[in-house]
Amino acid sequence: MAVTPEQLKTLKEKARRVRIDILKMLTGCGSGHTGGSLSSADIATALYFYKMKYDPKKPDWKGRDHFILSKGHAAPLLYTVLAHAGFIEQAELCTLRKLGSRLQGHPDSKYLPGVEISTGSLGQGLSVANGIALAHKLDKTPNRVYALLGDGELQEGQVWEAAMTAAHYKLDNLCAFVDNNGLQIDGPVAKVMGVEPITDKWRAFGWEVLDIDGHDLAAIASALDKAETVKEKPTMIVCRTVKGKGSKVFEGKVEFHGTTPSKEELEIAMKELSEETVCK
Amino acid sequence: MTKVATRDAYGDALVSLGKKRNDVVVLDADLSGSTKTSKFAKAFPDRFFNIGIAEQDMVGTAAGLAVAGKLPFASTFAVFATGRAWEQVRQSVCYPNLNVKIVASHSGITVGEDGGSHQSVEDIAVMRVLPNMTVIVPADGPETLQAIEAVAEHKGPCYVRVGRNKVPTLFGEGYTFRIGKAHVFNEGRDAAIIATGIMVAEALKARDLLSQEGIDAGVINMSTIKPIDADAVISAAKRCGAIVTAEEHSIIGGLGSAVAEVLAESAPTPLVRVGVKDAFGTSGDYEGLLKHYGISAENIAAAVKEVIQKKKSWKS
Repeated sequence: MAVTPEQLKTLKEKARRVRIDILKMLTGCGSGHTGGSLSSADIATALYFYKMKYDPKKPDWKGRDHFILSKGHAAPLLYTVLAHAGFIEQAELCTLRKLGSRLQGHPDSKYLPGVEISTGSLGQGLSVANGIALAHKLDKTPNRVYALLGDGELQEGQVWEAAMTAAHYKLDNLCAFVDNNGLQIDGPVAKVMGVEPITDKWRAFGWEVLDIDGHDLAAIASALDKAETVKEKPTMIVCRTVKGKGSKVFEGKVEFHGTTPSKEELEIAMKELSEETVCK
Repeated sequence: MTKVATRDAYGDALVSLGKKRNDVVVLDADLSGSTKTSKFAKAFPDRFFNIGIAEQDMVGTAAGLAVAGKLPFASTFAVFATGRAWEQVRQSVCYPNLNVKIVASHSGITVGEDGGSHQSVEDIAVMRVLPNMTVIVPADGPETLQAIEAVAEHKGPCYVRVGRNKVPTLFGEGYTFRIGKAHVFNEGRDAAIIATGIMVAEALKARDLLSQEGIDAGVINMSTIKPIDADAVISAAKRCGAIVTAEEHSIIGGLGSAVAEVLAESAPTPLVRVGVKDAFGTSGDYEGLLKHYGISAENIAAAVKEVIQKKKSWKS
């Protein structure tokens, strides 16, 4: 079941393309969330191009796995992987945040196939993921449910209500990620409102917890494989990441949480990304 | 006259729905004995999820169940379902327009002795303002049964408000509830009382008190507050020229406001709103609280006389 060298090579190239498309989309739009889209890019790439089952021609296919982007501000990332996965045309990416576009500032399930539920208000996605996982438990169907949360998002109390529920109902068909990039809008998470120790917290709440490098695609793939073998409890994969990962222009810079690259910054980033230095 | 609490009727309706439909699932936040979802939990333990004292998570979980094709009913006290979890209802239910039914009990002042912290007199207002949301306040047991069946058939978010106390049964077998359709008990000539929920029984008492004084007041059951039956409001206004609304909810944002909006835009008519007047609740027994808030049958009758005076002064 382990990821093969060929798969890994394809995944790395996919993650590079995803980052390039995110940056082009954001620069074109002039508004949106750069840092958190880039920090989660490898996680989403592994999910959509290594692990998840879906049919872009039938977004409501009953056999599909589900992905909930709880950190909805990483919408540019979700739209890009949906385009690469064939749910939407690549050309549509340039409509981001424009009046009448299906690509809303935060994901809107009413308009866009492949988006399971609208998100954007933080802290709510894990509860939704639990609900989907409960439904599959009830129906004894093998579908798996994935959710992606931000580290700052863990400050929302509802996350911990949902953490209890998932463990209480033994939702081993659920696997969540924390994109632990250490930054939120107002500054370092540790300064604004500390959330560490993250892994200990989830363990204490009854979850299986894996702690990995969130830019190591082999590690993400292997964690996803491992999560499928966990019984009687949900899995949390805590991913150490770098906000803005992909170019020195953005990496670790809090100002790129909610701002987009200038044309000049985009050019620098494009050069860096073409060198295949993004993923190890 | 038989008396049934609308929460009891809700519990029975869930069980009957659960027998008919396998997709029905029920969630509660540690109040299943009070909301009567315990009846469903006993009949269908696999399809009942107690989420504990975590209303926000309950609403989000219900949304997820709906995403996966289930028909979730989520229940707790009205103050928590609509207040504590308001933003979850907005973001995870109404915004994506999911098929989630929020049925909240112990609404308004029916929670009585628990006092102001538990008495929700704002829930209709804060649910009514949400796009995609349907708001229903049944008047008695039989109407609750039909309303639950109707919201199960209706695709989209619904809020149904039920109460703790036993209320007189007003509707017989011939009655058919329809979402968005008011029921006219009697048309009236001098004024029309538009009431909702358990205040319908009080309105009927008020009508009988007034008839002893020769005043002909109509009574309309407005069990759907959103979408409101504007035609029923306008025809009552044109017929009687004076309207009283009656609700055990704040006069700000609830039935009184919904009726005022229709009247102001389509049929300007003298109006007096009976309800809780911009105040929080207080502990007390149900009957005592009706008098305390000025929303008893006697208060409704006095409001009818007041609105008739207004009608006369508008004309002069």
